[in-house]
Amino acid sequence: MSKPRKVLLLGSGALKIGEAGEFDYSGSQAIKALKEEGVKVILVNPNIATIQTSEEMADRVYFLPVTADFVEKVIIREKPDSLLLSFGGQTALNCGVDLWRSGVLKKRRVQVLGTPVETIENTEDRKLFYKKLREIKLKTPRGRAVRSVEEGLQTAAAVGYPVMTRVAYALGGRGSGICATPQELRAGLSRAFTYAPQVLVEEYLAGWKEVEYEVVRDRADNCITVCNMENFDPMGIHTGESIVIAPSQTLTNSEYHGLRAVAIQAIRHLGIVGECNIQFALNPADGDYRIIEVNARLSRSSALASKATGYPLAFVAAKLALGHTLPELPNSITRVTSACFEPALDYLVVKIPRWDLKKFARVSKKIGSEMKSVGEVMAIGRSFEEAIQKAARMLQVGMYGLVCNRNYSFRNLEKELAQPTDERLFGIAEALKKGMTVERIRELTRIDRWFLDKIRNIVELERHLNGRELKDIPTGLLRKAKQKGFSDKQLAILTGADEEAVRDRRQKLNIKPVVKQIDTLAAEYPAKTNYLYLTYNGSEDDVAFEPVGRKVLVLGSGSYSIGSSVEFDWCCVSAARALRRLGYSVLMVNYNPETVSTDYDICDRLYFDELSFETVRDIYEKEDPLGLVLSMGGQIPNNLAPKCRRAGLRVLGTPPEKIDAAENRRTFSKLLDELGVDQPPWRELRSVGEAEEFAGRIGYPVLVRPSYVLSGSAMGVVFDRRDLRRYLRQASRVSPEYPVVISQFILNAKEVEMDAVAEKGRVVVSAIVEHVENAGVHSGDATMVLPPQRLYIETIRKIRDTGRRIAAALDISGPFNIQFIAKDNEIKVIECNLRASRSFPFVSKVSGVNFINLAVRALLGRPVSCRRSTLDLNYVGVKAPQFSFSRLKGADPTLGVEMASTGEVACLGRDVQEAFLKAILAVGFRLPQKNILVSVGGEAPKHRFLESARMLRTMDYNLFATENTSAFLKKNGVDNERLFKVHERRKPNIKDHLLRGEIHLVISIPDPATKKEFDSYATLRRMAVDYSVPLLTNLQIAELFVQALAAKKPEDLEIKAWDEYR
Amino acid sequence: MTDLRAALVLEDGSVWTGPGFGAPGRVAGEVVFNTGMVGYPESITDPSYHGQILCQTYPLIGNYGVDPGRFESSRPRIQGYLVAELCRIPSHRTSKLTLDDWLRQNGVPGLQGIDTRALTKRLRVKGVMPGVLEVSDKEPDLEQLRALAKRVPDLQARDLVAEVTTPELKIYNASSRRTVVLLDCGVKESIIRCLVRRKLRVVRMPAQSSAPQVMAFSPAGVVISNGPGDPQKCRKTIETAGALMRARLPLFGICLGNQILALAAGGRTYKLKFGHRGQNQPCLEVGTKRCFITSQNHGYAVDTDSLPSEWRPWFVNANDRTNEGLLHRSGLFSSVQFHPEAAPGPTDTEFLFDAFLERLP
Ligand SMILES: Nc1ncnc2c1ncn2[C@@H]1O[C@H](COP(=O)(O)OP(=O)(O)O)[C@@H](O)[C@H]1O
Ligand SMILES: Nc1ncnc2c1ncn2[C@@H]1O[C@H](COP(=O)(O)OP(=O)(O)O)[C@@H](O)[C@H]1O
Ligand SMILES: [Mg+2]
Ligand SMILES: [Mg+2]
Repeated sequence: MSKPRKVLLLGSGALKIGEAGEFDYSGSQAIKALKEEGVKVILVNPNIATIQTSEEMADRVYFLPVTADFVEKVIIREKPDSLLLSFGGQTALNCGVDLWRSGVLKKRRVQVLGTPVETIENTEDRKLFYKKLREIKLKTPRGRAVRSVEEGLQTAAAVGYPVMTRVAYALGGRGSGICATPQELRAGLSRAFTYAPQVLVEEYLAGWKEVEYEVVRDRADNCITVCNMENFDPMGIHTGESIVIAPSQTLTNSEYHGLRAVAIQAIRHLGIVGECNIQFALNPADGDYRIIEVNARLSRSSALASKATGYPLAFVAAKLALGHTLPELPNSITRVTSACFEPALDYLVVKIPRWDLKKFARVSKKIGSEMKSVGEVMAIGRSFEEAIQKAARMLQVGMYGLVCNRNYSFRNLEKELAQPTDERLFGIAEALKKGMTVERIRELTRIDRWFLDKIRNIVELERHLNGRELKDIPTGLLRKAKQKGFSDKQLAILTGADEEAVRDRRQKLNIKPVVKQIDTLAAEYPAKTNYLYLTYNGSEDDVAFEPVGRKVLVLGSGSYSIGSSVEFDWCCVSAARALRRLGYSVLMVNYNPETVSTDYDICDRLYFDELSFETVRDIYEKEDPLGLVLSMGGQIPNNLAPKCRRAGLRVLGTPPEKIDAAENRRTFSKLLDELGVDQPPWRELRSVGEAEEFAGRIGYPVLVRPSYVLSGSAMGVVFDRRDLRRYLRQASRVSPEYPVVISQFILNAKEVEMDAVAEKGRVVVSAIVEHVENAGVHSGDATMVLPPQRLYIETIRKIRDTGRRIAAALDISGPFNIQFIAKDNEIKVIECNLRASRSFPFVSKVSGVNFINLAVRALLGRPVSCRRSTLDLNYVGVKAPQFSFSRLKGADPTLGVEMASTGEVACLGRDVQEAFLKAILAVGFRLPQKNILVSVGGEAPKHRFLESARMLRTMDYNLFATENTSAFLKKNGVDNERLFKVHERRKPNIKDHLLRGEIHLVISIPDPATKKEFDSYATLRRMAVDYSVPLLTNLQIAELFVQALAAKKPEDLEIKAWDEYR
Repeated sequence: MTDLRAALVLEDGSVWTGPGFGAPGRVAGEVVFNTGMVGYPESITDPSYHGQILCQTYPLIGNYGVDPGRFESSRPRIQGYLVAELCRIPSHRTSKLTLDDWLRQNGVPGLQGIDTRALTKRLRVKGVMPGVLEVSDKEPDLEQLRALAKRVPDLQARDLVAEVTTPELKIYNASSRRTVVLLDCGVKESIIRCLVRRKLRVVRMPAQSSAPQVMAFSPAGVVISNGPGDPQKCRKTIETAGALMRARLPLFGICLGNQILALAAGGRTYKLKFGHRGQNQPCLEVGTKRCFITSQNHGYAVDTDSLPSEWRPWFVNANDRTNEGLLHRSGLFSSVQFHPEAAPGPTDTEFLFDAFLERLP
């Protein structure tokens, strides 16, 4: 190996189910490790919201798709000597393997650092993997990798049903599943083979424990396991869908170290250099084991293990890839001991996945071997009960802990336990409450009774406390409740007191949490670590709280979920950096193990703990900071504003009462009226009758938003009175207690946003972002263009002016975002957030003006100014959403007012077409070869699409269409072939065409002006997703796509680094 | 069973109270901490802990109960046990009884519910120190305990090895041809298991055995085991080791055995501030890039500089650079400060037994 001088690092692209923020963490650490050694880093990652693509990180950033074609062009241009492909998830790994196979790496003399590609193939190819392990007599499940359905059926017959199927070269359990019968297997395999040519069919290890080890190996063959983790949920539930505990709790010394020894043996034999993850099944009945898989790269589990132990796995892996050995590297926490060691924890962590399934009406809530979760939380405690209750609250799905949750009921508890959904954990607590025995629950769930007993402790404590007067609770019992993770709110619910009273009481009794360090060595060596958590299971703080005046407490964004993702982490990290540059010391609070903000070198103190008001206040009282920053982490910290105000906590920037005023629909609307700013007519209504009357008056369609009762209560667009009635009756969405808000839904309008920073009410900088899709597609799902290309100057002027007036009226100091609807040169305001918005990284990076740096100065009341224009750019940035519909079986992949995307990318180009094409390629879109299926709902949309259809024909595409679209196109002289819908059961049928791979693109556009359309279209779109056929569902997007296709060839797309545009 | 109270008072006067478990009673001993996250039955039965009160830094202890099949000697060896949270309902197929019941039956008092991290930090800063632990159904008399804690007899004064070595000779694998003598200074069963597994006839002898007594078995080699306390107290064993070296019999020392070999060679040992007790100690093989994760339990160390020139350090601790093993120029005598037999802990260095085997004639 020659010493690398210039390294190409591949990122993971947009966040998607199975591949999320953890790869921003690993990539960022790799960059840090490389730059420390003076190695030049070129990064390819279209995910503009990541920290790794920020200015201070890589030497050069390409916002381009992580695919072999694009990366090859970057290689030709940059001539790197080395490639790192294990820091960007499956995306980077697969891209690297492609480049290697096609000979590009050899031809261009690029060496792969770290684990050799042969080893990667031996782990990703399930057949080779089993072969390698069997060579050294390590145990794998009975079964084999097959390449056809027939072969699979034969294997299953030999193994015996039920069988497990798993796909090669995938992650997140993509395409995997349990098959109980040959029919199920046939169906399962057909789907699986659309992902990869090879599928594993093997014995189903029902009820076995799932255990993981994170293993690190260097080129001198030193090999350590940094962390082991035990899944609460047994085999069959993907580790990414399981509650995970580190370290393992129910393994004996011989099991723990026995598996550890097997792990090391396997990793040495495979020849990994760097970091990897190995998964085991462990039979609780006899201690037998099976190796399930090795992921020869950084993974979600390694991010979790890093945060769980304080051992910087990605950083170390990068150093090892450069050729260092473990003993040469220092432990970055103690700085005096070696990195060649295995952390000893004196606490435990509990990870719970964060699902967002309620956002998708038709999706099954069942969890299994395929990932559906979109994020995760990690809680640290010194008792299991403490950690799991914290984690339950961290999910921010309306839970106060494991118990005391109102509005919670299960229709069929036994079924919930045996066939788990995302709510099983709460089902277990409920079952124990109802008197089900631990033994029975164990039978149904196959969860180790150790965990169930701990949950029972919580349930019993709840019973014990329930109905008592607060003042009658003995000190010891109150302390115990806190030690078992009960929040003040839970105790308030149980005692009928209010939360404040509970806090007062425990403060009086001196029941307060202590702050402990995570030091990797269980206090054996003095550690300079600033990585902290709170616990009630302790008697002294590990750190002192010096009364320095320049401390700022920044609240992070919590778990990733639909609507809150890496962009807020970017805001938080950027804010922390800006604050530190200005000489402030930063205290960060966050609990999301997939983030960079929870890297302890980002801030002066990291509190890896809850973002609840209780915890934030506990930290605030200990630290006594200058103030809180609530405006960087999205809605979770923003929501604390009213409580901070009431309790008198200092909040930096816009006064909390103003945040309240903007959040509250009524006060905000009044303010707009006073300012003479237009808004769509709306009203808060308390009965079906009132609602009908109002909707009738303003005219349909209308937008209905139920009150926020429990998460998941979705808003919707209704098109007539019957529809409205049905919507409101369903789950009694309207009542005097829980009114609904109805607003006029404006059709055929553009949506525009303004991201801005103001200081004491004066706008310092703003960016106006144009949506490609008409209003009605959630801004988080919209394709955004900066600078705007199709707005009237007049509209821009009005937007700026309105922004200015709102900023002044709300006395804004800091970041804010306003959403507008623009139609015929008139604008209406739909929403205003006095915090950084999702698009801040996009506007900052495209315009070259870091909005967060300015916002931080504004928060601190320092002079701010910005001369650069965000409008006058000679290039265009386009941000495109990433959907994860293929993971969400059953979901209708259309766009609406509820957000559905899980991530985003953004690319730059000479014009909007070029940037758009790059962006959609970056979210996995494949350009059609020949055949396009078109199905456009509604008269007007059909007419609008006509021009595009003609262009497609001119470009020589074959068009297929459904009944009415086909007739319409024919009538207008556009050649096409009619295909029958699936349910029409006639040939030529869409289904056969899709199955045979004869359709290369589906354009299926629901009629925006009518109510619910027919299921047959949903089926069509769903099939496209299930068979991995590219799909467009929005008229404006389809138009832009056709224009772009006509204007650009893929090979013409410009390969240019970010800095070359500016 | 009535609720037990417990209190630990350290020599420095600090008091740690919480619910008691195990057996009621009052014990005194040197308070030490172990950072392993698994393997409490193994640790508790390790004779090297003889005379010590053990604090576990991992907070949840007792989760998988007690399996006598995993013991390192017939019974608990610790004086007392300190944990943050005791598990009363263990869950494992191999569990025969709970940790609480086991300790009670064996007369070992335990204290739970304390901030074990705070205690550990105190020991780290001030060094290990004596303490008194009392478990009873009444509130402990702290004043009395405080007074007692100041007067705990010095462990260093005692010949602890003599208290734990085997009283009589035992032979394992009697039918095997090759013999090794094991000088038992408080040996862990796993060392015997590792030797037996390698088809050796193992003659386990009391630590005080003389060289002629050892030679009488015509062993191919001799293993000097781990054990408790100050190596300098093992005068007889040091003498024997010296004689065996002169007889050019292959020797392999483990833990205390490492220190005994150093002393027999004319070197010195010293007491560490708080010792190494855990399963994550990295040891570098001197002169190579290899580093091994080892299991350790010792409070004393060899002063490498004090060794005669025909000895060289074999392993060194990657964290604090203390000695972790010795090698004689002849290749005949070697020793390690850590535990290649693991149990509890990583098994990465078990190959050292094979290396020893290869050196046997
Ligand atoms: N043989 C099996 N029996 C039962 N469950 C299994 C089996 N193999 C895998 N699983 C489950 O499927 C999940 C996904 O499999 P895995 O190969 O790890 O996929 P991925 O590479 O996508 O993570 C595992 O986490 C485990 O819970
Ligand atoms: N009155 C309206 N007419 C048309 N579309 C609207 C209207 N109000 C909201 N929308 C659409 O619904 C989306 C979500 O609404 P919004 O109030 O921004 O919800 P959220 O608080 O979830 O961001 C917007 O991005 C916009 O596309
Ligand atoms: Mg995998
Ligand atoms: Mg996996």
